[in-house]
Amino acid sequence: MSDAILQLNNVEAAYGAVKAIRGVSLEVQPGSIATVLGSNGAGKTTILKTISGILDPQKGSIQFKGEAIQKRDPAEIVRRGLVHVPEGREIFPLLTVRENLLMGAYTRPSSDKDEVAHDIEAVFGYFPILKERTSQPAGQLSGGQQQMLAISRALLAKPTLMLLDEPSLGLSPKLTKEIFEIIVRINRERGVTLLVVEQNAHIALQYADYGYVLEIGRIVMHDTCAVLREKDDIREFYLGVKQAGVRGERRWKKKKNWR
Amino acid sequence: MLQFLQLVVSGAAIGCIYALIALGFVLIYKATETVNFAQGDLMMVGGFVGLSFMSLLGLPFWIAFMLAIVAMAGLGMATERIVLRPLLGQPAFTVVMVTIGLGYLARGLVTMIPYWGTETHTLPVPYKDEVIWLGGEGTGLVISVEHLVIIVVTVLLVTSLYAFFRFTRLGIAMQATSQNQLAAFYMGIPVRRINMMIWGLSAAICGAAGLLLAPITFVHANMGFVGLKAFPAAVVGGFGSIPGALVGGLIIGIVESLAGFYLPEGIKDIAAYIVVLLMLVLKPNGLFGDNTTKKV
Repeated sequence: MSDAILQLNNVEAAYGAVKAIRGVSLEVQPGSIATVLGSNGAGKTTILKTISGILDPQKGSIQFKGEAIQKRDPAEIVRRGLVHVPEGREIFPLLTVRENLLMGAYTRPSSDKDEVAHDIEAVFGYFPILKERTSQPAGQLSGGQQQMLAISRALLAKPTLMLLDEPSLGLSPKLTKEIFEIIVRINRERGVTLLVVEQNAHIALQYADYGYVLEIGRIVMHDTCAVLREKDDIREFYLGVKQAGVRGERRWKKKKNWR
Repeated sequence: MLQFLQLVVSGAAIGCIYALIALGFVLIYKATETVNFAQGDLMMVGGFVGLSFMSLLGLPFWIAFMLAIVAMAGLGMATERIVLRPLLGQPAFTVVMVTIGLGYLARGLVTMIPYWGTETHTLPVPYKDEVIWLGGEGTGLVISVEHLVIIVVTVLLVTSLYAFFRFTRLGIAMQATSQNQLAAFYMGIPVRRINMMIWGLSAAICGAAGLLLAPITFVHANMGFVGLKAFPAAVVGGFGSIPGALVGGLIIGIVESLAGFYLPEGIKDIAAYIVVLLMLVLKPNGLFGDNTTKKV
């Protein structure tokens, strides 16, 4: 319980009057890849935003490495080693690839210069294509390359925990697979813990260790991905394996019994 | 021909002033998406601050110049922190109205300060009324040192700004913040502090413009209306482009200067706006405006 690197306890967050997450509790074990699955509007992105301090929770606590981080400044959370790769990449379009990467290292002290240069080379090891584009404005990169840049930029902050929001967004299945393979490599080789939010349940369950299923702001199921892959509800609603009900129709109500 | 060159040089000098103020507009617009209509008045305050350093404290011009720039940077940052930051998240219209109000406030307050008042002051610059002859005394091109100083200082300022934005970490972070504020937040860049520094930078540039312009127009509470000419300069250059602000300023300055001599009386004052109308019809994005429309 207490050895988790990230722990959310009954976190609630809202946009104005609209409650986006209603009492979410989850844990991420150090060194693992955890995933949060859910459909549109389930509150996946909100969870990540609340963790990284972009959004303040109304209730509940968030603990990172055993310390409460809710309602902290995003910059301070990044400095503690928790970086968020936002949905839709959000790179700096007019800065060059290299400058984008340097901005990822913004929270590191300026005396780290040599080490940052070294880390940029290391990141190019994961994404060789970025090395060829070093001095090109990031806005000219393709969608996949921008996603690679967004992940690399986050790595430059030397995170111990990385939040990835929909890394597969708008990418071909082949590219998605490539990106996920590199994400796993980053996890294994650099010991970076990952929390991945995905709509593409198929790919997420394949690469992650542990999964949470989120529905309308609540966690409705959590288990290891190997188990989740075999559950009927997951197969039906997220993996698209259809099963007809008793009366020949698929009913939503049926899956409610998992609580 | 000589006459023409003469006009181009003096137009370019005034154009540099427009360019500096336009630069102030552009920096704030790019970073915070709001137009600061008090930009010209910041310039006026800069003129007064420099004047006070010189005549009240008896400092030499260039030291007063530097100190005034530093003081203006402080004023700009304080304005952002005290007046504009609480407005974060309000509609752009609100912020624009507030900056217009700030302009009025500055003009009013300046007349209430004992030494500053409503009179017109002369800034005792060391190079007052000096001229340089190019191509033979009495026959060649005559350039007043006041104009020359404006051009040289503008070039120096702009190149150092370019180097700052291109090569320093803070400069790149400022660019990053203006390109994608949200992403800057995610990367742990202190967006609010950066915005404050941009206001400081913008006010400092305007202060420099005020002190450069002072020998020509004198220092008085209404000298900030030059800002109204700098606005077209920013638009011609494509609002939001730094090189655009410079070129736009030069174009407006030179056109104005030529129109004042070759065209009938009165055209000079509206020349800037004619240029901007033509520009909006022919190339709505301005000379250096980016064609990429904003993503929602």
